[in-house]
Amino acid sequence: MSAPEFKNGLVKWIDYRLPIFTFMHHEMHEYPTPRNLNYWWNYGSLAGIVLVVMIATGIFLAMQYTPHVDHAFNSVERIMRDVNYGWLLRYIHMNGASMFFIVVYIHIFRGLYYGSYKAPREILWLLGIVILLLMMATAFMGYVLPWGQMSFWGATVITNLFSAIPLVGESIVTWLWGGFSVDNPTLNRFFSLHYLLPFAIVGVVVLHLWALHTHGSNNPLGIDRKGPQDSIPFHPYYTVKDLFGLGLFLIFFAVFVFFVPNFFGEPDNYIPANPLSTPAHIVPEWYFLPYYAILRAITFDIWFVPAKLIGVILMFASILMLALVPWLDRSPVRSARFRPLYKQFFWVLLADCIILGWVGGNPPEGMFVIIGQLATAYYFAHFLIILPLLSKLERPRPLPDSIGEPVLKGGGAGASSAAKAQAMEKA
Amino acid sequence: MRRQLIAAAAAAILVLGGTATARAAGGGGEIKAHDWSFSGVFGTFDRGALQRGYQVYKEVCSSCHSMNLLYYRNLTEIGFDADSVKDIAAEYEVADGPDGEGEMFMRPAKPSDRFVAPFANEQAARASNNGALPPDLSLIVEARFDGPDYIYSVLTGYEDEAPEGVELGEGMNYNHAFPGNQIAMAPPLFEDAVEYADGTAATVEQMAEDVTTFLTWAAEPMLETRKRMGVKVILFLIVFSALLYAVKRKVWSDLH
Repeated sequence: MSAPEFKNGLVKWIDYRLPIFTFMHHEMHEYPTPRNLNYWWNYGSLAGIVLVVMIATGIFLAMQYTPHVDHAFNSVERIMRDVNYGWLLRYIHMNGASMFFIVVYIHIFRGLYYGSYKAPREILWLLGIVILLLMMATAFMGYVLPWGQMSFWGATVITNLFSAIPLVGESIVTWLWGGFSVDNPTLNRFFSLHYLLPFAIVGVVVLHLWALHTHGSNNPLGIDRKGPQDSIPFHPYYTVKDLFGLGLFLIFFAVFVFFVPNFFGEPDNYIPANPLSTPAHIVPEWYFLPYYAILRAITFDIWFVPAKLIGVILMFASILMLALVPWLDRSPVRSARFRPLYKQFFWVLLADCIILGWVGGNPPEGMFVIIGQLATAYYFAHFLIILPLLSKLERPRPLPDSIGEPVLKGGGAGASSAAKAQAMEKA
Repeated sequence: MRRQLIAAAAAAILVLGGTATARAAGGGGEIKAHDWSFSGVFGTFDRGALQRGYQVYKEVCSSCHSMNLLYYRNLTEIGFDADSVKDIAAEYEVADGPDGEGEMFMRPAKPSDRFVAPFANEQAARASNNGALPPDLSLIVEARFDGPDYIYSVLTGYEDEAPEGVELGEGMNYNHAFPGNQIAMAPPLFEDAVEYADGTAATVEQMAEDVTTFLTWAAEPMLETRKRMGVKVILFLIVFSALLYAVKRKVWSDLH
């Protein structure tokens, strides 16, 4: 990890005064990375790239957008019709939000599967949860800006959640709105915050990367790197692998932007906001549907606590569960590859989240109420009951000795690991 | 890697599936699927249909429905030349001013003016339409599930008589495509409601198809540009990704 020798005189001059080139060399070129990362490890860098795309397109959209209840809708249509490539900027930005959540959800579930949240990466994980919360706030406020029917009514429903807080709820809602209903002051502050929060996300991403680089990436085996034979420099190996993944991801992204740009949207949002006419179904964007299902799952008061308040508490608690995972899961083994029971429950949890999303997209009637309640109960049971129990009951399969050693079926013992490690060093 | 790609594809399908169920919750009448010139990856608007569709809008729909997001100048994009657009605009009057004396005045519309609306405001529109508000049509195709099929189905979905057992409200009409089947709009199209300059027979189906094409263009005038660019972008990305894959293989070859 010695300071690199730079040939360029200017680079040398700068680096002596501000060692930024040494820093870049250290964090990107030398940065030792496990040699066995699979393609599920691409989603972190993809999320970073989507964040940059969102900020870049957003800044240009903000140059043409007017945050006023009388002009917001038409200014968006002006972007679509009269601004050069405005349609492209807007379609990238609105589909980019969905792409961001797809990528981040995969990133989170990858962390859950391979135990990336376990020591010493708990703070890395918590910073990720903070990013998720900031993303959700940003996405919600961004959806309000076009001031269509779903913007207005989504904003009304979600801000009204705070009215469930006992005693001060109503006052908080008035304070959030800046008035007595969702109106121009609400739109103005949402625009201001929608512009601000992405930069807060960038700040937390820097901390997230700092924490990551302190102990390096986890890997599919979930065991620590034992020596140089287990790691490869980040550049060029993972830069090129990430770039290839980016290429595939951009194809997926482009299909939506150019051929079904309104796939993730609601037609109702092409109707200007009308406070006098409520849409038949108020549906949030797809990435909020599981939380929406949890919010609506409780249809009964418990003792003196109203159903609405319980729903709100559960919705926030559902994200809190993720934050608590490092302490709920006490198993010393990280990767699900060596945890036969956890592996099964992981897939059940994923299915449960998809069921919650499906319930959230349907009106809360008939069977959807029951399914929503069961799926909500299971979601919390996974974190509060199953994870702690598994830590005690499960017998993990034997771990391989090192990353360099190929994993044999059935977790075979590593007799030849020393020889293998030598071979790796030669490579 | 193949297994991961398959898993990623499966996850994508699940996400998309979730969205699809969210849309199915929309509800409504019977929607007929129709073949559109502009659907598909390489779809473009049929220019004849666009111009005939504008004629239908102008001579039929525009007596009640505004299209506030369109300018007369936009008509050059569907094949009218600059002079005919000037003539079309000049058929309408818009309020302008104040002039030197501080008075507002009426003048013929110019290509840079928005489509002149049939009513001054919502109240006037409701007063002339039995209390119902004819919606603005600029974005109507985007603002409905399966927009083009929906518009076409409503325009061709009228029945002279409501089926037995259906009680129609005062001034309402029966339409099997409209949600709830009762629509305030009287059947707007009838055989030969317009006379097409290109000699196309003006059947109800033909006019519905033409005006739907026009309304789809109006809702998203950049549709053709978008698809054309999309084909190029995706072809480029496929080649680029293939090259990146080759580079990745080369870089990693000393590890395997």
